[in-house]
Amino acid sequence: MQLAVLVIFLAAILTPWIYGQSKTRAAQVLAIVPALLTLWFASHIPAIADGNILIHEYHWIPGLDISFTMVLDGLSLLFALLICGIGTFIVLYAGAYLKGHENLGRFLVILMSFMGSMLGLVLSDNLITLFVFWELTSITSYLLIGFNHQSAEARKAALQGLIVTVGGGLALLAGLVLLASASGSYSLQEIFNSNTMLTEHPLYVGMLICLLLGAFTKSAQFPFHFWLPNAMAAPTPVSAYLHSATMVKAGIYLLARLQPELGGTELWMLVLTSFGAFTMFTGAFMAIRSTDLKKLLAYSTVMALGTLTLLLGIGTELAMIAFAAYLLAHSLYKGALFMLAGIVDHEAGSRNVNELGGLRKLLPVTAICTAIAALSLAGIPPLFGFVAKELLLESLIEGPTGYIVFALVMASAVLVVAVAAIVAIRPFYGAFQAPKDAGEIHEPPKGMLAGPIVLAGLSLIAGLLPFWVGDFITFPASEAVHGGRLDGYLALWHGLNLPLLLSVISIGLGILVYRSWDGIRERLQVLNPIIVRGPESGYFRFMDGIVWLAEWQTRHLQNGSIRNYLRTIILVFVAITGYTLLVRYQIHWNWDINPAFHELVAVSILVTGAAAACLTHSRLGAVAAMGVVGFSIAFIFILFSAPDLSITQILVETLTVILLVLVLFRLPSFSNISTTSERIRDAIVALLTGLLMTLLVMITIDIQLFAPISDYMIENSAPLAYGRNIVNVILVDFRALDTLGEIFVLALAAMGVYAMIKFNPSTAPGSNHFAGTLILPPKEVPEEDIVHSLEEIHQKMLEQQKILEAEPADQEVPEEHVEAEQEKRKGNDTPDSKEDR
Amino acid sequence: MMKPGTIILYTAARYIVPLQLLFSIFLLLRGHDEPGGGFIAGLVASGAMALYLFTFGATVTRDLLRVDPRNLIGAGLFFGMISIFPALLNGEPFFTAQWWPIPLPGGGELKLSTPLIFDIGVYLTVFGSVMLMLIALTETEER
Repeated sequence: MQLAVLVIFLAAILTPWIYGQSKTRAAQVLAIVPALLTLWFASHIPAIADGNILIHEYHWIPGLDISFTMVLDGLSLLFALLICGIGTFIVLYAGAYLKGHENLGRFLVILMSFMGSMLGLVLSDNLITLFVFWELTSITSYLLIGFNHQSAEARKAALQGLIVTVGGGLALLAGLVLLASASGSYSLQEIFNSNTMLTEHPLYVGMLICLLLGAFTKSAQFPFHFWLPNAMAAPTPVSAYLHSATMVKAGIYLLARLQPELGGTELWMLVLTSFGAFTMFTGAFMAIRSTDLKKLLAYSTVMALGTLTLLLGIGTELAMIAFAAYLLAHSLYKGALFMLAGIVDHEAGSRNVNELGGLRKLLPVTAICTAIAALSLAGIPPLFGFVAKELLLESLIEGPTGYIVFALVMASAVLVVAVAAIVAIRPFYGAFQAPKDAGEIHEPPKGMLAGPIVLAGLSLIAGLLPFWVGDFITFPASEAVHGGRLDGYLALWHGLNLPLLLSVISIGLGILVYRSWDGIRERLQVLNPIIVRGPESGYFRFMDGIVWLAEWQTRHLQNGSIRNYLRTIILVFVAITGYTLLVRYQIHWNWDINPAFHELVAVSILVTGAAAACLTHSRLGAVAAMGVVGFSIAFIFILFSAPDLSITQILVETLTVILLVLVLFRLPSFSNISTTSERIRDAIVALLTGLLMTLLVMITIDIQLFAPISDYMIENSAPLAYGRNIVNVILVDFRALDTLGEIFVLALAAMGVYAMIKFNPSTAPGSNHFAGTLILPPKEVPEEDIVHSLEEIHQKMLEQQKILEAEPADQEVPEEHVEAEQEKRKGNDTPDSKEDR
Repeated sequence: MMKPGTIILYTAARYIVPLQLLFSIFLLLRGHDEPGGGFIAGLVASGAMALYLFTFGATVTRDLLRVDPRNLIGAGLFFGMISIFPALLNGEPFFTAQWWPIPLPGGGELKLSTPLIFDIGVYLTVFGSVMLMLIALTETEER
């Protein structure tokens, strides 16, 4: 199974090459991959239907309990079949839909990667692997939704989808970690098989909230539903794929997967049924307001997702049966309907149902497929949608839900019938009406029709043979969600009972709503002000808040003053470490030391050097004093027999001096640019740091918190790593990963320094004030606030200081004097060097 | 600011620089058992080149190096990274050290290993980073 996922990613990697070979047939070639995988997964149907579970183990990072193990049970199988099966037709459809598009190759790459991520997600057994695939689907779907990246609307929709789902993903990660720490394992199978009662665990509520946030954002539950209709900015194949079988079902998959462990509590039921029912109604209600075919379908997807959540919340055996049946029915008809809407858009030139009509004669196959799929959407026999709807109503009647939920579900059922009627009837019947001429409209190529025909046909076949579909496909899935065997069967005819009556009522009322749709839509516009203030405005306010926060923190924390950074870092360090120190341990003095004479000498040299560095008024003096400090430290290392450390210290010290000598002349001349109060403040900061470090050293002398790790290193350095130099063994063997990180940091730092040295005036500070204006409009900066060079900053500081200290002439003269002298020296140097060369 | 060296510096540099470079390689190779190692050796090599740089200037030093310091950094990181993978081929976790000792004539032994490759990576990165900064600074001074 690992191979199945890898094959798809491999196909994605090879796509550019295949596309280069033949631009027209690339999609057809690529469709072979998911088609074969569908067959492969289908070959497991009998075994899974018998109640077996297929486990393929593979250890990835055993040390962290992360594995690449994949598990195929009823639920995974249902999803895998949908992902690969519908995926096959989507790839074919995309090849025809985007034929001749210059970026078709890129599109196919992303589409295949998305397919692979989604397949990995439903097969993963390990929570971390699952999360990785979860995030991969978010990222690839971002690229898919934003495929038309020249359009601002598509970019916005893609970013919105990404922020909502990835934000939820963050919560999900926390939830998964909580889940693992509560159950003691990252493996789903192990969690299922263990005896821990997670529902009674103290972390249960927190865990559930985090997991639900992740699932709800991904599956577009109210109040996060807004991103899904906006994602319709994507090309139609993407909408058809993401919103029928994959992306948005990922959240549902997660909930279904965890239902046996986390479900069944009052909290679970309450949250899922109420959010599910409300989402359901919101979706149906918003759908009825739309006239865009894709928006209509998108909101009805929101409705379907609400229904699935609701069923999971009810949690009875019947609800589980209904869940799998509804999931399958929805994927089949919604995939077909999206593709058909794309065909109408492609051929007739519009998706607005008010601009279309009478296309039946020009697009007969499309019209028939739409009719079949829409009948399934409305839940009319003998389509599979009817079977699913009956089960939904039945489990609602049996289940422990309140009247409000029931009313919401009935209202949605009525509205969805109307939506189905709008989609199936409006564009195809009545007088001819379309933006394009009748002569230009003709049936699309086979690649685009294949998907809708097969999916609509499957809806019909599944409806006619429900027991067969039930036995082999939906029941194993229901059992996986339920966590045990289930009794029952799927049937088209349940006898004359309450659900059938309700179905008939909803269909009748739905047709009435359809009849007066135009009037209703107009009257619903009264509610527009409320809808504008819906959850989406919350999203925009949130985004504005982020920008405001970024601006604030840039102004106050990242303002470019290095001294300011240093002070912030040091104070935070002192505060946090000092707090921990005082709270956890007592302050500890140990003066019981008797240093040898040479040690005292080394220390006093060190202290003198440090003091000189603080007090000196010359840069060179400061550099030399710091050198003294460094070499004294190297000497102390030698005294305590650490030759490697002291060699490194000496070398670093030497190179530092060389570097400083090189930059010394580039610095502005030495001057006091801080006031006395600022200096006192800095001194206090410095003294606090010193005090803290002293206290820390005093404590570490006496208190041993953990067994020192050096013993292990000393013992094992020679036998395990064949080296006697422990420092080096630690660097290149025991802790090689750290060293690798460090050399990357070093390389980056060197590149940074290089960039700063080599910068040219057009990229100098001040010349590019509009960097980072991708999100915000360019800001008007007053000319006086723009700083063009270091010299200017220095000049400004001097001017300010003159005002502050109120001693104008005295300060300025020596400064100029020094500078002039430097200039003279430089002037003298240059001719000399030229001569010598 | 870069004043050409005196005759003493001039002559000394010609002898000291190759010796110091050789010494840095010596430090690199003995590092696993005696004081030394990639980081120290890289610093020693940079010290040697710094001496050369101060004596003869940036252009000559660039010529001597033959490789752009940026490429040295890249090569260093590359060596660091490839030392990760041999362990995978043996089915062990990333970064597990692999040893291929080669007996040398005269009773010695060359300890060829992934830590050695890694150490060479560290050496080149350190050397490249320091040289990148030094040469860039010197060039701006000379301009």
